[in-house]
Amino acid sequence: MSLSSYIFGILAALLTLTVVIEMLRRRRLRERHVVWWLIFGVLVLIVAVFPSSLVWAANLVGITVPINLVFFVSIIILFLVSLQQSAEATRLENKTRILAEETAMLEMRIRKLESERSRET
Amino acid sequence: MSPTWDDTLIVMPALNEQDSVGDVVSEVFAKLPGISVLVVDDGSTDDTASVARAAGAKVLDLPFNLGVGGAMRAGFKYALRNGFTNVVQVDSDGQHDPGEVPALLEELQTADLVLGARFAGVGEYAVRGPRHWAMTVLAGVLSGLASSKLTDTTSGFRASGPRAVTLFAEHYPAEYLGDTIESLVIAARSGCIIRQVPVAMRPRAGGVPSHNPVKSAVYLGRAGLALLISLMRPRVELSERAVPV
Repeated sequence: MSLSSYIFGILAALLTLTVVIEMLRRRRLRERHVVWWLIFGVLVLIVAVFPSSLVWAANLVGITVPINLVFFVSIIILFLVSLQQSAEATRLENKTRILAEETAMLEMRIRKLESERSRET
Repeated sequence: MSPTWDDTLIVMPALNEQDSVGDVVSEVFAKLPGISVLVVDDGSTDDTASVARAAGAKVLDLPFNLGVGGAMRAGFKYALRNGFTNVVQVDSDGQHDPGEVPALLEELQTADLVLGARFAGVGEYAVRGPRHWAMTVLAGVLSGLASSKLTDTTSGFRASGPRAVTLFAEHYPAEYLGDTIESLVIAARSGCIIRQVPVAMRPRAGGVPSHNPVKSAVYLGRAGLALLISLMRPRVELSERAVPV
């Protein structure tokens, strides 16, 4: 591996982590959505700084070509993130549905109160 | 005979039904004088809400479309909060005859959920082909679950008693086909007594039932999936809570 690709790897990992942490810091992401991205960034950084750790890990689980471990872990993490997004969308849909029910009932009460009041005056 | 009408709320989910909802509400009042009618306007873009209001119904105006299940859940919640113990769902397109409501309520005295069944010998409503097979299979599975012979499980004409209303206000499924299939599974697994009463069904005011084979196949698949998912979900415990005042 050449020095430039070594540096490129580290810079990419640092960029990922910086973006995630910065968004977290500015409250553009909530911490519960950020866990997987943080794990992802840290893993990438470790592998970028110590490329031999990837070879070691690949040997450990019996993968011959180390880069396949990178693809495998990446896909797993992306899968988990999108699953979490779907669960979150379900939760939000439920909440908006309840809000819709409540506003409809409030609207009905207001309409009733207003008509009662206009009858009084 | 009108002993329990004070406790009974007619709920009509309506989506863009301005042409029929007024007549249906008037017909309900004509056949069941003094009953309360709640039209749940499921995000209509036409004058459904004002037409229903003019006809004398109470209107729950949902800010956007929630589907029949979502509209019914809102209706059950309204019933629970306003002291109604029985809810009868009636379609706003004139398909259901309000004259049949007393028969449903009569049966409800010994059951928690009563379905108005279209194929049980009365009326001339008929469905053929794959859609019919799907309905037969569904009816078989759901009859087994409910330990009661049900022939028309996708009927939207149904009456719910106090236990079912309490259950549905919290757990009525808002998903596609949830309002028919999954709601029955939830009720049956919670120990509700489910019965059916034969009713005549009138032709819909607008539109004809689809006989497109692709649509039927899609319907069959989605119905089967809805059934499977609802069976996998955890059982909902029925709380024996007092009727709210």
